[in-house]
Amino acid sequence: MTRIYVPRDTTALSLGADEVAAKLEQGCAERNLGVELVRNGSRGLFWLEPLLEVETDQGRIAYGPVAPEDIPALLDEGLLNGRPGHPLYRGPTEEIPYLKKQQRLTFARAGITDPVSLDDYIRHGGYVGLRKALAKIAQEIVDEVKTSGLRGRGGAAFPAGIKWQTVLDADARTPNSPYSKRKFIVCNADEGDSGTFADRLVMEADPFMLIEGMTIAGLAVGADTGFIYLRSEYPVAHQILNEAIARAEEVGYLGDNVLNSGKAFHLEVRLGAGAYICGEETSLLDSLEGKRGQVRVKPPLPALKGAFGQPTVVNNVLTLAAVPFILAEGGQAYADYGMGRSRGTLPFQLTGNIERGGVVELAFGITLRELLEDFGGGTASGRPMRAVQVGGPLGAYMPESQWDTPLDYEAFSEVGAVVGHGGIVVFDDTVDMLDQARFAMEFCAIESCGKCTPCRIGSTRGVEVIDRIRANEQRDDNLILLRDLCDTLEDGSLCAMGGMTPNPVRSALQYFPDDFYRDPTTASNTTREEA
Amino acid sequence: MHISAQDSSVGTDLPLDWIQAEVAALKVKPGPLLPILHSIRDRLGYIPEEAVPIIAEGLQITRAEVHGVISFYHDFNTAPIGRHRLQICRAEACQARGCRSLETHAKAKLGIDYHQTTADGEFTLEPVYCLGNCATGPSVRLDNDIHGRVTAKRLDALLGQAATVPLTLQPLAEEPES
Repeated sequence: MTRIYVPRDTTALSLGADEVAAKLEQGCAERNLGVELVRNGSRGLFWLEPLLEVETDQGRIAYGPVAPEDIPALLDEGLLNGRPGHPLYRGPTEEIPYLKKQQRLTFARAGITDPVSLDDYIRHGGYVGLRKALAKIAQEIVDEVKTSGLRGRGGAAFPAGIKWQTVLDADARTPNSPYSKRKFIVCNADEGDSGTFADRLVMEADPFMLIEGMTIAGLAVGADTGFIYLRSEYPVAHQILNEAIARAEEVGYLGDNVLNSGKAFHLEVRLGAGAYICGEETSLLDSLEGKRGQVRVKPPLPALKGAFGQPTVVNNVLTLAAVPFILAEGGQAYADYGMGRSRGTLPFQLTGNIERGGVVELAFGITLRELLEDFGGGTASGRPMRAVQVGGPLGAYMPESQWDTPLDYEAFSEVGAVVGHGGIVVFDDTVDMLDQARFAMEFCAIESCGKCTPCRIGSTRGVEVIDRIRANEQRDDNLILLRDLCDTLEDGSLCAMGGMTPNPVRSALQYFPDDFYRDPTTASNTTREEA
Repeated sequence: MHISAQDSSVGTDLPLDWIQAEVAALKVKPGPLLPILHSIRDRLGYIPEEAVPIIAEGLQITRAEVHGVISFYHDFNTAPIGRHRLQICRAEACQARGCRSLETHAKAKLGIDYHQTTADGEFTLEPVYCLGNCATGPSVRLDNDIHGRVTAKRLDALLGQAATVPLTLQPLAEEPES
């Protein structure tokens, strides 16, 4: 029986993977071919999705991107034997340069396994880290994470080991609270930044890794409950996580007595409700508690007074997903990747107007240009690249002169940019950077939690000022006003939403000034393109 | 012209007993309010005003607090929506792939603006800020299915498949307010 893989992650599904799978089953039935269809996670080579793989003596052979109507010809031309010839033949999957050149730690299993098969997970090295963690005392687990140099992958890059130490040492006694003496692990899976999907891919392709990482975090700090705060825009991840959690509970990897250790760890997925700000950790905690997702003033740190007023580890999906490797292989093995103070790997996400979009996991230090050209293969439209936004909607737009910057937290910081969650959005030369600056302000106005004035009102004023600049109403004065508004947002906002919205606006102003001086009667680049 | 899809059909026969039972079942969870609201939205498509006092009493919080939470989140619309919810991603990665022209097309095709429902009660149009499908934009979500590389033609096909009555181009006599 030949085994065939058709992915079930959001991107593959969004491009017709279910229809491909149905057509495949139908085609095989018609030809009396015995196949076992596995719905794996995606390899993250999204430009090739739906990427169909066949298991052969020579390993797994890839075909992609496959449309349902390709199936009959593929079957007739020897798909089940992994035969070359068909134009969609890509050779052995592992030899595809895009994949072969990566250093996959977090995504080592992505696309290889059936995401909800616990057997698959264990066969591919899963739960080794948890077993090692169970043989350690809490402090030893925290020390291993400290040795790894792992920094928070959500964007702020705070050292994970130090956060865990704070929670481990925290006094959890809160008289009069029903949660007294409890600590919590909260996974921030509110991956709202445009241009990012690494968290989603972990949850959809390898959910047990996150579950294992959270369980280890629970052991490390003495927490018996974890929450995955997942954005509601991720229905596929929601379904897969719930399937995986149910499997883990069935066989005792989660529950009152994790692997008969006498220690409990319970895990629940909580859905957000479409508020970008809930990716900010204190807003997330308020939302988890059932409140408006408004930013809290720090201190107190969530590590001391987090979910339900108790000491809480809040980490991003990728941070927690790195933990099983660190415990399995040792903190030093993880630290051996990377450069400077940026240790380990970061999954970069190539998105927007890019020919070969997907997840590229590498140690820190590759330049942006290498990613864009060697991996990305230029724009999808075939037009010249003009601007690249790195680090989500609050990240700077980088002009070509900055594309040789190595991707690590400090080098990016030096040029006024952020690596953030590793999202890279490419724009070609039809982009109108005034439109982009305006959108940054508009987005802030729509998504501001409203707690602090600069963010709540400044963003709306920002949209108005940019509209006046576009209309050439007192343009020079309004450009001064816009810069001043950016300073106010940066200095006076409570959190990164207002504080970093100036990044895209200022970088657009600084590196693409022509777009702010167009004749208002001329159509913008975007509209020209549509016409 | 836009009307809410279920103005005439819903309102009189809201499952208030079910809401009450759902509040009772979920209130044992830590922080139960969002799970309760999601459950109601999943079943009814919106959060009816009549649910607010039931939730407030069940959780022993004020109606103002419940209302405050509902109004904070984009997901919790308080009026009925059409039979299908169409969300178009407006975020940067999809902008780079032409979502601005796709949204213009969708609004013209459906004859409505964002947060409105077609006159036949078929579609409600909403913006969304990222579906995490950023390498293969522009992306839309139609109910629970996400679609990538959506051209105007593909969108028309998706809407045509979902619609229970044939979709015709709406007159654009009345410019929707932005």
